[in-house]
Amino acid sequence: MIVNTNKCLHCGGCVGSCPKNAIFLCDTILTFNSDCNRCGRCVRLCPVGALSMEGAQ
Amino acid sequence: MNPLRCEVLVVGAGPAGGMAAKSCAEKGIDTILIEKKPEIGAPLRCAEGVSKKMFKEIGVEPKPEWIRADMKGAVIRSPDGTSFQLDESKAGAEVGYVLERHLFDKGISKLAAEAGARIYLRTWMTGPIKENGKIVGAHCVSMGEPLDIYCDCIVGADGVESQVGRWCGIDTNLKLGDIEPCIQYRMAGCECSMDFCEFILGRSVAPGGYLWIFPKGDGVANVGIGIGGTFAKDGVRPKQFLDKFIAEDPRFRKAQILEIDAGFDSTCPGLEDGYSTDNVLLVGDSARLIDPLTGGGIGHACVSGMYAGEVLAECKKKGDYSAEALKAYDRKIRDRMEDGLYRDWMAKEKLAELDDETINELVKIMSTADIEHVNVQNLLIAIKDKYPKLVEGFEDLI
Repeated sequence: MIVNTNKCLHCGGCVGSCPKNAIFLCDTILTFNSDCNRCGRCVRLCPVGALSMEGAQ
Repeated sequence: MNPLRCEVLVVGAGPAGGMAAKSCAEKGIDTILIEKKPEIGAPLRCAEGVSKKMFKEIGVEPKPEWIRADMKGAVIRSPDGTSFQLDESKAGAEVGYVLERHLFDKGISKLAAEAGARIYLRTWMTGPIKENGKIVGAHCVSMGEPLDIYCDCIVGADGVESQVGRWCGIDTNLKLGDIEPCIQYRMAGCECSMDFCEFILGRSVAPGGYLWIFPKGDGVANVGIGIGGTFAKDGVRPKQFLDKFIAEDPRFRKAQILEIDAGFDSTCPGLEDGYSTDNVLLVGDSARLIDPLTGGGIGHACVSGMYAGEVLAECKKKGDYSAEALKAYDRKIRDRMEDGLYRDWMAKEKLAELDDETINELVKIMSTADIEHVNVQNLLIAIKDKYPKLVEGFEDLI
C-alpha cells in the first residue's frame, strides 16, 4: 500500500474500517502489516484520496 | 519499564474513556487511563455537537469553557433550498451545545484524575497480555519504552479505530455501508447563522450522508460532510462535495479555512455479538455506539463510560470480571440505546436510497407538519403519515 504522506490527514478512519485490522496509526505515521490482503477498502474510503495500491492503475 | 498493576485499564482518553475512568475511580476502583497522543482532546475529529440533556444524564455540570456556542435550534435543508427550522421551544433538549472538544475532553479527564485515576499520555496499547488464554493486561508503549500494564479488566475506548476490541476477540468490523468517511473545515468569516446548527440532505450534496454547519460564534463554524461508504470511491470523496458546496453557497464566499479535520463515523445499529467479553469491555465510538442517523457520538460515549464504571464496581465487589459478569454492561447498553440505534440505522438506510426530489418532498412534509415537540421520533411519525415507504420495516420502533 502507498500512503501519500503529503495528503494524509492522520484521521485514523482507515484503521477502524480495515476488515483485517492491518492498519496502524501513530501520530502522523500510517503503517500496514502483513495481514493486509489488498481488499482496497481503505483506498476507496479515504476522505482525501491519500491511499493507493502498488501496481494499480 | 517496570510493569504497572491496576484493577481497570482504560485505553483512550476521549469522552468515553475519560468518563469510564472517572466513573471507575469514583467507585474506588484502582484505575489507569492511557492516551496515545501527547495531548488529550487534540487533534479534533468531530463536529463537536452534543445535546444539553446529556450532561444531566451523566451527572456532570458543563463548565463554561467547554461550551463554545449555545444553539437556539437546528435547520434541516433539502437540495432545492426548502428548509425546516426547529426552534428550541419545539426541539427542547434535542438542541444542544457546540463544544470546544479539546477543553471538554481535558475537562472530563481532569474529573477522572481528581477522582484518583492515574493518567499516562503518549502511551498506547499494542496487544493484550494473555496467561493461559485469559487476558490479564495490555502490552503498551509509553514514551517509546515498552510497558506492560496488568489489570482485571481492559476498557477499550480507542474510538472509531477500535483495535482493542478486535485484539481481544470482540467483533467490531463494519460493513462498507455502515462506514461514513467525513471531512470538516473550521472556517472563519462565515456569514451563516451563529445560532442554528444546519443539516443539509440530498444525494447531490452528500450521497448517503449529510452536510453540516455547526456555528462556533463570531463568524466561525465547523462546516463538514459525511458520505455513505457504498458511495465513496475515487472521484466521489467527501472533500470534493464539501469544496463544491462551499464554493457555491454565498454565505461562505469570504470564508477561509482555519483547520482541516477528518475522521470516519460508524453508522451501524450497534454490535450484534455484544460489547464485552472476558476481562474486556468497549465504550463509545470503539463500541460502535455512534447514532447512525445523526452521526452524534459524544452522548453515547459519555453514557457508556458511566455504565462501565457502574458495572465494573459490581465486578470488583464480586471479584468477577468474566464475560458472564460483564453481560450486565451489555444489558445496560441494549436497554438504553439499542432501539434508538436500530431505528436510526433503518432511517439512514432508507434515506440513502432517496433521490433529491424525494428529499425535497420530505423536508416539505416536515416543514408543514404540526409537530409539538421535535425530535427524531416525532419527525419520523410525521413522515410515516405522509410517506409510509420511508419507515417500512421499522414502523414498530416509531
